[in-house]
Parts: sequence; C-alpha cells; structure tokens
Amino acid sequence: MLNIKDLYTAVENKKILEGLNLSIKAGEVHAIMGPNGSGKSTLANILAGRDGYQVTKGSVSYQDKNLLDLSPEERAREGVFLAFQYPVEIPGVNNIYLLKAALNAIRKHKGESELDAMEFMTLVKEKMKLVQMNEDLLSRSVNQGFSGGEKKRNEVFQMTILEPKLAILDETDSGLDIDALKIVANGVNSLRNDERAFIVVTHYQRLLDYIKPDYVHVLGNGKIIKSGGPELAIELEEKGYDWIN
Amino acid sequence: MEDVIKNYSADFMQLKNTKENDWFSKQRQSAFDIFQESGFPNTRVEDWKYTDVKPIAKNTFSNITESNVASDNNEIDEILIKDLDCVNLVFINGTYSEKYSDIKNISSKIVIKSMADALINDESLLKKHLTKHINQELNSFTALNTAFIQDGAYINISANTNIDKPINITYISRDSNHPFATHPRNLIVMGENSNATVIENYVGSGKVNYFTNSVTETVLLQGAVLKHYKIQQEGSSAFHIASLNTSQSKDSRFESHLVSIGGALVRNNINASLNEEGAEIIMNGLYMTEDVQHVDNHTRVDHLKPHTQSHQNYRGVLNGKSRGVFNGKVVVHPQAQKIEAYQNNANLLLSDDAEIDTKPELEIYADDVKCTHGATVGQLDDDMLFYLRSRAVDEKTARSLLTYAFADEVISEINIKEIQNKLERLIIGRLPDSSLIREYV
Repeated sequence: MLNIKDLYTAVENKKILEGLNLSIKAGEVHAIMGPNGSGKSTLANILAGRDGYQVTKGSVSYQDKNLLDLSPEERAREGVFLAFQYPVEIPGVNNIYLLKAALNAIRKHKGESELDAMEFMTLVKEKMKLVQMNEDLLSRSVNQGFSGGEKKRNEVFQMTILEPKLAILDETDSGLDIDALKIVANGVNSLRNDERAFIVVTHYQRLLDYIKPDYVHVLGNGKIIKSGGPELAIELEEKGYDWIN
Repeated sequence: MEDVIKNYSADFMQLKNTKENDWFSKQRQSAFDIFQESGFPNTRVEDWKYTDVKPIAKNTFSNITESNVASDNNEIDEILIKDLDCVNLVFINGTYSEKYSDIKNISSKIVIKSMADALINDESLLKKHLTKHINQELNSFTALNTAFIQDGAYINISANTNIDKPINITYISRDSNHPFATHPRNLIVMGENSNATVIENYVGSGKVNYFTNSVTETVLLQGAVLKHYKIQQEGSSAFHIASLNTSQSKDSRFESHLVSIGGALVRNNINASLNEEGAEIIMNGLYMTEDVQHVDNHTRVDHLKPHTQSHQNYRGVLNGKSRGVFNGKVVVHPQAQKIEAYQNNANLLLSDDAEIDTKPELEIYADDVKCTHGATVGQLDDDMLFYLRSRAVDEKTARSLLTYAFADEVISEINIKEIQNKLERLIIGRLPDSSLIREYV
C-alpha cells in the first residue's frame, strides 16, 4: 500500500530524514518509535502533505500513485488520514459541518453517493459512542475550548467516520490518561481490518499495550535503525534508545 | 475648493428660504458658517491623515432632497429584513417614505417619527437634545449635516419602557438624474431604565453617484440600554461619512455593532461619552473591502467618570487594492479611576495590494485603571489551512471558509437571530469563492 524509498527531507535546509525506507501492506499496523527530534512527526507530516518540507531525494508511492505529487486534500480523498499531534482550534468553523463535508468529499471521490443530514447523523451517533464523545462538543467550532484529551478523542472520532485506508496517528497518546488512552485505542482497534493500514507514531510503549502493532521501527538520525515485532517496543521501554546505537 | 463651497452655499440659501421662520434656522446658519470657514478636512489634519476626502469635495451634489422618489415593492422587500418583526422607517433618497414605513400602533410611551415631522411638531424636546450630544468639536461634515437637516429618524422612549420590536431605519439611495447628497439626522432619546434596539441600514446601488453624510445622536439616561446596529451597504461608487454620537448617564449600556461592506469612500465615526459612573459601551465592528474601496473606522471613547467600561473589537478583511483604516482612541480623564477599557483590532489581508493602517491609542490621565489595546495584521493561519485540507477540503474552499470564520467572530456576537442571519448572508456574498462554502456554514 505504502512504499517509502530512500527518503531524504529538509526543513529550511536542515536535514531531517536521511535515507528512510519503509514498506507497509494493507492490514498491517506499524509503530514508529524513537527519541525526540528523530524525525517521527516529520514523517507523519510529509505523508499528509504539510507545506514547508522539501523532499531532496527518494520517493513515496501509495496505492501505486506518487503520493508526493498529491495535494493534502487529494491525499485525504484517496484515504490518507492524519490524527494530529496538536489539533488546531478553528473558531467559526463548525465541527460537524466540516466532518460531513469531508466525508462526502471522500465518498464522492470514491464514486459513492453522498450522505444526507439524517444518514450522517445516524452514523455520527453510532461512532460517538465508540469514543465516548460528548454530544455538545460536536456542535462547537473545531476543537474550540476542547481539553487536550477531547482534542485527541475528536481526531480518532473523525477517523472512525472517515474510515481511511492509511491512518497515521501522530503521538495520539500524549497527554491522555489511562482511561482516555483505552477509549482512543478502542476506536482505533474497531477500524482494524485487512484493507486498512496504520502508522502509529509514539514515544512510549504504553499505547502499544492497547493497539498491538505487527511491526515496530525505531527511528534515529533520520532513518530506521532497527525493526522488529511487538517485543522490540517492550525492550525499548526497559532499556531506552541508547543501546541500539 | 471655493467653487465647491459655492455650490453648498447656493443650496443652503435655497433651503433657508423655505424655512425662514423655523426655530432651527439660527442653528442651521451657525453650522453652515462653521462648514464654510473650515471647508473639507485635508490629510494634514491628524484625524484625517489616512483618508483623503478630495473625491467628495470635487463633486457637485444637490443637497436639497427630492420627495416622491419612486421605488418598488420588490426592491423594498429585498432590502428590509425578512422574518424580523420590527418597526420600519424607510427613507428614499433622504426623504421619509410613508408608503413603506410602518410606525402605527405604537405605545403612547414611545415616539417614533420622521425628523421632518419632529422639527415641526416636537420643538421643545428637540430644542433640548438636537445638536446637544455631539461630543467632539463640530467637524465640517457634522456641521454640514446640521446645516442641511431635512429628514431622519426621531425616537424617544419614555422611562421604564421596553420596546420589544427592533426599530429598523433604512436609507435607500436610488437613481436620480443628478449626483445628490443626503444628510440624514437621527436622534434617539432613551429615558431612564428604558430598553430599545435600533438598526440603521444604508443601502444603495452601484451606478448611482451620491454622498450620504449622516449623523446620529443618542442620549441614554440612567439605566437605559440601547442596542445599535449599523449596516453599511452603500453602492460601490457612493461616498459615506457617518458619525454616531453617544452620551451616557449612570449605569447605562450601549451596544454598537457595525458591519461596513459597501461604498467607495467610507468613514464610520463613533464618538462615545461615558458621563457617569457605571456607564458601559461595547463596540463591535466588521469591515470588508475589495477593489479600490477605502473604509476608515474612527472611534473615540471618553471615560469621564470612575467605574465606566468600554470594549472595542474591530475586524477587517481586505482584498484587491482596497485600503482600511482603524483609528481608535480611548481617553481616560483625570477623575476616571477604576475604569476598564479594552480595544482590539485584527485584520486579514487577502491580497498583496490591500493595505491597512491601524492605530489604537490610549490617553490615560488617571492612575488606577485597567486598559489594554492591540492590533494585528495577518494572513490566514497555515496550521488551520493544513488541518482543513487534511480533512479533504480543497485549498480555495479552505481559504474562503477561514475568511468567513474570521469575519463571523464579529457577527456571532449579535444575539438577534434574524439580523445575524442577514449579516451572515451579506458577508458570505462578499467572500472570495463564496459559493464553495455553503455546506460548511
């Protein structure tokens, strides 16, 4: 589904990724771990299409398309979803209207019929329970006045509605207490199937107790320096990152 | 300049002759003398530094308002606020239209009538208030207005009286065979503990060359509450100079909401005078400009007594080669301890050629006060743009949507749903690519 080959990137001429290779198949969950500044969030942002990152070398193909050629909105319509590390507040833009328009843009792109207000609300009610979203948060502006935990939960809620093919979770666990973490993980697990892939970027092994990865990769100096199964995460938790180098 | 004044002089003589024995004629004359002496302001005058009124000065307008200018029902329906149950006063090219106004069946504790009527029949009350609540030294536009008062709205709410229905004053400027100026004059007197909502709506069509020079005086006695909405949607070649003057007694509250989108050259003045303890004013404003429009918003608040409050929040959205000005001054007088003054001006520049001059000013002569002021000028937020695009919203739509959201922060403060809806439609109509955002708002 996703093939990253020898990727080099820079931000304002500062090198961040230096020769990253990663291949992900449908149905897999890949955890990306690594110390601060190792390039984890850069990878998430590049895949979603944020401006400001120069790709100096390498390629990213997604479902046989050159992902780097697509605008962020085209990627979203093709099924890429980024759950943000720091979801931004957007006063004046309604949460639920945005989500409905997003879903219909994606459905239209897939050649499916758009949902009307009734059908959409039925879907929303169902998914809300899954991540225990408070109903009055939905009618507010995007993330406005949400607590840190509510913002993260809203990201996962959006993900359950939009049903992406490739979901990237950028430190979704940070700032969550254990109960919220379980709820968020539950939302993610409900989406797991053979056609969908996940990239779970995280600092800590804790999240991976609830979202069991198929592969764990350690990022260091802009590339993957070690890969393994779930046991690698446990080893990292015990020994830290230093032993790898 | 001489020639220009000559034109106003001729019109003034004509008006004076028709109102020779009028009680107001002396005041007309002295106001005209002030105008004649000062002429139009130039940009060397600090208050007019960013706004050059030469385009107004070099025109020859007719200042005598015509009566019986035709209009049609469809046009009026389009302009009036549908679904809002209100008292309508309609003026067409400066003259009160009995046909389209509806001021019947109003309680005896409330006076709502045309200024032309009031000048004849309400002499004693007008003598007490008219021209008495202009806070600033008479500037030439206000003087010109006073000299040429022919019509407008006169509203007087008795003590302890609430008027539930908003009073909607609509000024329509339509085709005429020559360029014309109107000088609407409104006077709103709010008795003790009275409560009212007043809308001033200025509407015109693009082709007409005209000049609206309006002055509104409001006086709020103790405990009175007035909510004032001004919608400025003059035609695209129109000139609009207006001043709203407030004079507030103890514990009174004034709310001003301004939406300014029309006109070629526009100046919105608000002069607020907080005369007694506990008086409070809230000023919200939104200006949206495009092409070569010029809109200047000028506010001045005088805190004269302790425990008074003023809150200003103005937002601008500027596109094309347009230019906006915000010049807000808060003066805290020596006895005015423990006051609160808040002033903020935020601007969004949508094009490289648009310009904003923003100048919030504080002048504080008391030592125990809470004052803040600030101004920002910027483009759309990149993080917000990326967030929307990552949710499948295309870039053009995302930009339009964020611009709407920025402007709507002012509109969302309006708590009368029908007015809010009308204004939201108006601002959506003014957004770049507005058709794209319908499903988001």
